[in-house]
Amino acid sequence: MIKITTTDRYNITPFRSLMTNVFSLAAGLFVISIIFLIAGVNPLFAISEIFSGSFGSAYGFKETLTKAIPLILIGAGLTLAFRAKFWNIGAEGQLLMGAIFSTWTGLTFGDALPSYIIVPMIFMAGFIGGAFWGIIPAILKIKYSINEVISTLMLNYICAEFLTMLIVGPWKGKARFGFPGTDNLPESAILGVIPGSRIHYATLILAIVCAIVLCVVIYKTRFGYETRVVGENPDAGKYAGIDFLKTSLIIMAISGGLAGFAGVGEIAGIHHYLGYPASVSSGYGFTAIIVAWLAKLNPLYAIVSGIFFAGILVGGDAIQISLGLPAATVEIVNGTLLFFLIMGDYFLNNKISIRLSN
Amino acid sequence: MEEIIISTLQRTLVAATPLLLATTGEIITERSGILNLGIEGVMALGAVVAFIVTITTGQPWLGVLAAIAAGMAISIIHAFASITLQANQVVSGLALTMLGLGLSGMLGKPYVGKPLSIKMNDIVIPYLSDIPYVGKVLFIGGPFFYLAIILALASWFLLERTRLGIQIRSTGENPRATETQGVNVFLIRYLSVLIGGGFSALAGAHLSISYSKSWIEGMTAGRGWIAIALTIFALWNPSRAIWAAFLFGGIFVAQYLMQPLGISPNFLSMLPYIATLLILLLISLKDPKKLNAPAMLAEPYKRGER
Repeated sequence: MIKITTTDRYNITPFRSLMTNVFSLAAGLFVISIIFLIAGVNPLFAISEIFSGSFGSAYGFKETLTKAIPLILIGAGLTLAFRAKFWNIGAEGQLLMGAIFSTWTGLTFGDALPSYIIVPMIFMAGFIGGAFWGIIPAILKIKYSINEVISTLMLNYICAEFLTMLIVGPWKGKARFGFPGTDNLPESAILGVIPGSRIHYATLILAIVCAIVLCVVIYKTRFGYETRVVGENPDAGKYAGIDFLKTSLIIMAISGGLAGFAGVGEIAGIHHYLGYPASVSSGYGFTAIIVAWLAKLNPLYAIVSGIFFAGILVGGDAIQISLGLPAATVEIVNGTLLFFLIMGDYFLNNKISIRLSN
Repeated sequence: MEEIIISTLQRTLVAATPLLLATTGEIITERSGILNLGIEGVMALGAVVAFIVTITTGQPWLGVLAAIAAGMAISIIHAFASITLQANQVVSGLALTMLGLGLSGMLGKPYVGKPLSIKMNDIVIPYLSDIPYVGKVLFIGGPFFYLAIILALASWFLLERTRLGIQIRSTGENPRATETQGVNVFLIRYLSVLIGGGFSALAGAHLSISYSKSWIEGMTAGRGWIAIALTIFALWNPSRAIWAAFLFGGIFVAQYLMQPLGISPNFLSMLPYIATLLILLLISLKDPKKLNAPAMLAEPYKRGER
């Protein structure tokens, strides 16, 4: 008879953690291959196309880095929120609110101010916008025990409709000939890019700095310690005198604020004006959830996992064109990989032994 | 005027139908202690599968059955991850949403914009439908509406009045004690997740083959998430879910009613989402203790641990 026993594993080394992720991703890709096969697409070709499209060429890699910018920013912020078991699913709305605030700032003050003043200002405005949209669910959760998954999601929808309301109404640009969208930001508010690419390097540097700083905050400060206590053992936190409201507000201000930064990057670095929500963000807020999870909730690792998932987004675009697959394919890939990542955690936390016994 | 009122109420009930179906399913799932945030994805998959099967075979009820089967099948993944592998249920549910939305987009691509010519006849209940006002609203309706009401009442009966219902509820409250009573907690939870998945897919089927008679990506428009909020609003009770769903059906219809008033259509589209937040705020202000969520909701259960 085969006997399967599971015991808790206490010595989780970083190496084991990494290998679990690698195996989970591999298993996920295997299942995705089967889905491709059923869809009548050669899976080896499709998967190699995804990775060669995103990492295999100079153009692809530049695009990957461009899309990695919002994913790193949001993913790093989400690691902090998820550590406190604050399930912020609203990064998409926080990004859009950041975009709205920064667009307003850029359009209002941009003409009169030089770059070195207006650019920090629009980033500041974006952070405030995202943080504002992020602390609403924090207040609702701590003060009124409203589930944050629901509230952050509802705020996504509300923000997207609000943005659309602005761009078809009062903010509609004079130079758009009646099409929805604001006018372009003034030249001084537009971020520079690395020549021959769309990489707005100021935001990229900001993203990496934020990830590093956040890593220090989580592991080296009292606030980081409190964040972990709030998530892992809220009862102990209450006895230790942790102010839950204050901690949650700061966590969500940071998490939302970083998503707001991402919104600034998309507007000032890529589009140069505020358009429809779906064009401002192609689901970065949701993809970043997987980025945070793959990073094992460590903001530093979010840099690597952000680039990895940016690659999947770019590769997904590539196979849409070359294989005629629908845009939804990327969501299948993302959903499947996320499933395998969380299922892999079981094999990281438990030791499973299979024995043959009589 | 009279006709406007009647047609408004009729449309309210139609808009309430998918919300009621999905909410009822989620209530059963959550009562067993499992949080399934994947409803939105399961609903989308149900919608597309029902549409494809119906347009291919011309048999709407075959489409409905196929949708339920697909909804249950995809829900197994969430059940396996969150019950057997004790994974984080919030993240697993999100993965299910992504997967469901992705699969629906992929499967449905060739069918976008194709109209469905199938007509599902309204059910007219004899005698009762002759009652002025009430008769036309409540006793002439599409089959999905009656199905939703019957299933909600049946679910209430199942949970509150049957042995299986007691087992489902006690699994959500105290799985360890339930297990010592000789109940297979894993089995009960798998069953509850599957039932919930089937209900959500049924809600999706209503959207694609009865409500809009077409398929477009994203047609679920957050209804799955609203159903999760309605589960809280209904205090995990299927009979309360009926009123909760009617209220939200009314809000969906109010959007169209208010359009001629010159209010921004985008603002009107916000209404269901704002209402969701307000409702949750309201029940929390009234009496937070009355919320009474299943005690072990979203807590993984590990066998043989004490």
